[in-house]
Amino acid sequence: MHQEREPAVVVDGLRKTYGEKVAVDEISLNVCEGEIFGILGPNGAGKSTTVEAIAGLRVGDRGHIRVHGIDPWTDRAALTEVLGVQLQEAKLQQKITVQEALELWSAFYPDPEPWAPLAERLGLGAHLGQRFEDLSGGQQQRLSIALALIGRPRVVVLDELTTGLDPRARREVWDLVRDVRDRGVTVILVTHSMEEAQTLCDRIAIVDAGRIRALDTPAGLIAAGTAATTTTFDTSAAIDLVSLREIDGVTSAHSANGTITVEGAEGVALAVIEALRTQGVSPQRLRVAAGSLDSAYLDLTDTTQEITR
Amino acid sequence: MTSPTAAVIRTESRLFARERLSLFWIVLFPSLLLGVLGLIPSFREDSADFGGRSLIDLYVPVTVLLSMIMASIMTMPATLTGYRENGILRRLGTTPAKPFAILLGQVLVHAAAVAASSVIVIVLGRVAFGTPLPESVVGYAVAYVLALIVSLGIGAAITAVSPNAKAGQVVGMVVFFPCMFTAGVYFPVEVFGGTVRDIISLTPYGAASNALNDATAGSFPELVDLAVMGGWAVVLYVIAVRVFRWE
Repeated sequence: MHQEREPAVVVDGLRKTYGEKVAVDEISLNVCEGEIFGILGPNGAGKSTTVEAIAGLRVGDRGHIRVHGIDPWTDRAALTEVLGVQLQEAKLQQKITVQEALELWSAFYPDPEPWAPLAERLGLGAHLGQRFEDLSGGQQQRLSIALALIGRPRVVVLDELTTGLDPRARREVWDLVRDVRDRGVTVILVTHSMEEAQTLCDRIAIVDAGRIRALDTPAGLIAAGTAATTTTFDTSAAIDLVSLREIDGVTSAHSANGTITVEGAEGVALAVIEALRTQGVSPQRLRVAAGSLDSAYLDLTDTTQEITR
Repeated sequence: MTSPTAAVIRTESRLFARERLSLFWIVLFPSLLLGVLGLIPSFREDSADFGGRSLIDLYVPVTVLLSMIMASIMTMPATLTGYRENGILRRLGTTPAKPFAILLGQVLVHAAAVAASSVIVIVLGRVAFGTPLPESVVGYAVAYVLALIVSLGIGAAITAVSPNAKAGQVVGMVVFFPCMFTAGVYFPVEVFGGTVRDIISLTPYGAASNALNDATAGSFPELVDLAVMGGWAVVLYVIAVRVFRWE
């Protein structure tokens, strides 16, 4: 699996401004062939602008991009042969049927993937005669994904992939994305869902305010965060939160409805239990969990100083 | 084996066939109007006021232009601004198909609907009310094609200057009524004389109306009318191309 990988997509020093506003500020990243690369960040962080630049829909003010050696800003025609794109909130003609859309997209490519099995795979087999306007949000989304894959792209960009899907449909789409990757397609996944990024991506770039704040594997990001573990317990006794916060490695300790949550580095849990023992408090429903991407993400994207908690 | 452009055009024609309301206004309504007006006896009487023609004679070119107005101003900009607003043009830009193909497709299906409507109107007038067929066929063809080009140019300009579908409707309405008036839908422009007539003749549909009437009567359209249409077409397409945004 992990042999020498070629970069499928190279973004080097990308900068894009809209008037006064800097949307993307010197973003550089390499996406390896055959990986699922996540771009995670809050709304307006510059995620979509970055992938739109990769898709050739926007031309950066500075920097350059290569997709399998193709410059998307000057050679859109060649780019469309290797890159499939599912855009955020892009719709189709209201009255086009699922089958007509699949057939239309098939006609765009020299060697399209047979659309019938693809539609079946995406749960659209029963809806081929249905018009786009009559599809549910999830069905529209799955059709959009099918269209992005139909030209057998080497790289596929999926922007806000599972927004509006119910949990079951989300999992099905995730399975499909893994399938696509296993067939050797490189996937660039734009998302603001932590869960999606954590379960799906091989590597994640956390983007905020137009810059990359961190770029690592999900495990690497979590370990590097200030909250590698989360310790929670219930207690009816009064707790001296200040003393907990003073423990070496603890980044935060707070109490809500009788549940105390302490976040901190590896090994903090033991120190917390020790401190509770000296305070004569017996914790109930004690849980120690590995930190999630959530806390790492919040650390990295929290640019405004929080004064109160 | 079809080219992406041909596939897009074929899909657009299929989708257009599902737009019953658009088809009604473009294809059926003009001949319906002609039919209703033709039932009024006084409309069928030749009058010296109109150069020996009857009012219904004059309404044949008027209803031809009416279908162009419906296609270019009412339905095409609404479709195209909707496509843009919903990201369809942008999405197409990420495929080997050019988003231009969808614009071309829309222009072609609307032009085809107008042509069908015109044939129905001319045949209906002839068969039901004995209106004259165009005597100068070449003159009529030239006037007709120019009128269609300038008309679609108005639609293209509306699409270009409207930031979204809603604005497109407002701009369309503002343009719609003067166009209906100058095309002679309310009363044929022939009833006006003097300065009013001269001003109407400087508008796209006023000039188109003159040209179609001349050709129907047997003479080649006056160059000034063709020049007015050509001039408007150039201005409108320059605006459309300069201002148009794909998203």
